Amino acid sequence: MNSIPLFRGESLGKTYITPVLSEVSLDLNDGEVLALVGENGAGKSTLTKIIAGLIRPSQGRMLLRGTPFAPASRQEAEQHGIRMVLQELGLIPTLTVAENLMLDHMPRLGGFIRRDVMNDRARQMMANIGLEDIDPRTPVGKLGLGHQQMVEIARNLVGDCQLLILDEPTAMLTSREIDHLFSQIAGLKRRGVGIIYISHRLDELQQVADRVMVLRDGRHIETRPIADARQDDIVRLMVGHDVSDQPDLTGRSSGAVAMEVRGLTRGKGVRDVSLSLHAGEILGLAGLVGSGRTELLRLIYGADPKDSGEVLLDGAPVRIGSPMAAVRHGIGLVTEDRKSQGLLLPLPIRINTTLANISAVSRHGWLRPAQERAQVTRLDRMLGVRSTSIEQPVGELSGGNQQKVVFARWLHRDCKVLLLDEPTRGVDIGARSDIYLQMERLAQAGKAMLMVSSDLRELMAVCDRIAVMSAGRMVQVFKRGEWTQQSLLEAAFSGYLAAAPGPPPS
Amino acid sequence: MEDASSPDRKSGFNHSLRGALGNYAALVAALVVMVALFGSLSQYFFTLNTFQTIANDIPTIAVTAVGMTFVLIIAGIDLSVGSVMALSAAAAGIAMLHWHWPLFPAALLAMAVGMVVGLLNGLISVAWRLPSFIVTLGMLEVARGGAYIATNSRTAYIGSKVEWLSNPVALGLSPSFFIAILIVVAAQLVLTRSVFGRHMIGIGTNEEAMRLAGVDPRPIKVAVFAICGLLAGLAGILQCSRLEAADPNAGIGAELVVIAAVVIGGTSLMGGRGSVIATFFGVLIISVLEAGLAQIGANEPTKRIITGCVIIVAVILDMYREQRRSRRA
Repeated sequence: MNSIPLFRGESLGKTYITPVLSEVSLDLNDGEVLALVGENGAGKSTLTKIIAGLIRPSQGRMLLRGTPFAPASRQEAEQHGIRMVLQELGLIPTLTVAENLMLDHMPRLGGFIRRDVMNDRARQMMANIGLEDIDPRTPVGKLGLGHQQMVEIARNLVGDCQLLILDEPTAMLTSREIDHLFSQIAGLKRRGVGIIYISHRLDELQQVADRVMVLRDGRHIETRPIADARQDDIVRLMVGHDVSDQPDLTGRSSGAVAMEVRGLTRGKGVRDVSLSLHAGEILGLAGLVGSGRTELLRLIYGADPKDSGEVLLDGAPVRIGSPMAAVRHGIGLVTEDRKSQGLLLPLPIRINTTLANISAVSRHGWLRPAQERAQVTRLDRMLGVRSTSIEQPVGELSGGNQQKVVFARWLHRDCKVLLLDEPTRGVDIGARSDIYLQMERLAQAGKAMLMVSSDLRELMAVCDRIAVMSAGRMVQVFKRGEWTQQSLLEAAFSGYLAAAPGPPPS
Repeated sequence: MEDASSPDRKSGFNHSLRGALGNYAALVAALVVMVALFGSLSQYFFTLNTFQTIANDIPTIAVTAVGMTFVLIIAGIDLSVGSVMALSAAAAGIAMLHWHWPLFPAALLAMAVGMVVGLLNGLISVAWRLPSFIVTLGMLEVARGGAYIATNSRTAYIGSKVEWLSNPVALGLSPSFFIAILIVVAAQLVLTRSVFGRHMIGIGTNEEAMRLAGVDPRPIKVAVFAICGLLAGLAGILQCSRLEAADPNAGIGAELVVIAAVVIGGTSLMGGRGSVIATFFGVLIISVLEAGLAQIGANEPTKRIITGCVIIVAVILDMYREQRRSRRA
């Protein structure tokens, strides 16, 4: 190995409103696999997207074989032999495997595609990853998700590739496909390709990685050879030692069971989940991205049809087949994606606030504008929404103020049960404490809340109990005082550790 | 009413008043320019004759355009209105000629027929989640075929029984005209002051967000199509009165004129934004253009080319106006 590394990043950083990545440096040598691990939001995706030219860094510089390198786009990075397999598939489902593999360099003769040449090349590329039995003329949409993922990988395994970034490549693969992928990675290593490998599956890292790099809160924590890294060491490094101070929540007492969920199931996303939620309680729902938390909330809310299971409110089973039924029964949902699912962006705060309970501001089907303005103004003052007036379109508000409008809507409706999906995502620190305060007030008023969050410290600060989901199942429920950041994280990973692929044994 | 909310109310009112004037000012200006232009080009433009041509032209388009405005606001479209006009006029014609019904119940029958067709449009597109473009395109053919069957493909002369709707009663204006004005005003109130109107705007803006807020979009969408059909049925009667006959070929291509009027008024084809009053100005612009071009002796091909260009320019101008407004706000 020579002294100049294949790739070097020096003090890389990215700041949007707050820094999401700061002062991260790394080296990658020829033929080396560097594993990148960290919690949700630790900065793994940001770092790799900077390297692949999808995001421009706010600070730092990059060197490729010792020469400065600043790609302005993904295409430019690819011209330098840096390729990234994204978590979200970038394939066009209606085109064939061969067409997808050669989308930007189809073999042509006088403007016409030479299909025979294209299909032969595609067959070769698929054989490289051990999938010679897939016909390159198959439309990609007809393949299973695992095979689609393999096509995506095959597309990036081209001759000039020097540095390959794999973001959760095995998330949807079967064990046979994973074996093929790993042998392909070994082949690439022999060719001298450097690989950055992001994964939640810590057991895999022992098989493929040479070194492991841990990120936390956008900072580099430690990099060590994989031989020196035990799984529990890595988890501890990801979590960190500092357990933030927790506010004392005495004075909050949870009452009777307000909502009970029994055996709720939908496909593989949510499998046999049961939980009970008390009045005046905030129950946290922790888990990795894709562990089924959002899907569970949508099932309870009737936004997606369930395969089996039931929901009981105040002890009585209720049929919730649609969000309309959920709202009728006093359940509200604060969606994860407030811009596309929560709010009517071009419309004013006033209209967005009264949406779920229009009958409070109307009589015989006619709106009562004075009442509406008064009620919205009162709620806005209570929540501290910052705006020019209640007529301002919500699309112009900051993320925190938008979220306050969503809260105002459900306060206006006066729900018994509130489902909160990442309620503080994209919300600045100041507005966050306003939202926590509001949740605290709601709890004291006897409302029951089920809150999904990827921020463990947030959950530990505001929740009475935390339930942990992993791979679609509810794996453990912790009471306040029983949890540590490490125990929560171990539970979140547990569904993925058991022999990795396929459904865990029940 | 309450003093506490008065500062907000005042600013909210000023906001909406200024916005409203801003919206209509451009349309009124366009109208004034057109009238001045045609007035200078033709010495016959400022005559009672022209005025009556325009006034007669307006009710049918305006009434249909009100329904179309609602449909466009919920991000749908209704291509069947022209055929529905013919079908419902045919139904009314049969009732008056063969069953000897008086005008009023026959008119109700026409509206009921229109409403049923609209209801079908709505139910089919909601139940199978089909684009309303396709459903109403099919219905355009179905309703036209129905009109031919009902009339035996012949124009049925009705005569004085329906005539009075189109004859001037005051200020040279007919009952049809006053009905149209009444409907425009009522529809604007429904759009801006009722829960139904609020829900229409919400569905057109973001249907999924409305569903997740607990509002079922389906019955509202069906109702909007039913209203559009009902108003097309009414327009059928108004047109029948002008022709003094039930003509199975009436209203061919009317859907395009109506959509053009609504779009000139600034209602968005993407849904969520629109005004019935603005639509009425759009109808005026189309009618004045039509009458004016005829006055200055433009032939049919020229008229069509110019009308088409006006539609495109109007939409481009509206786009700029909307961009400026969203930047300013």
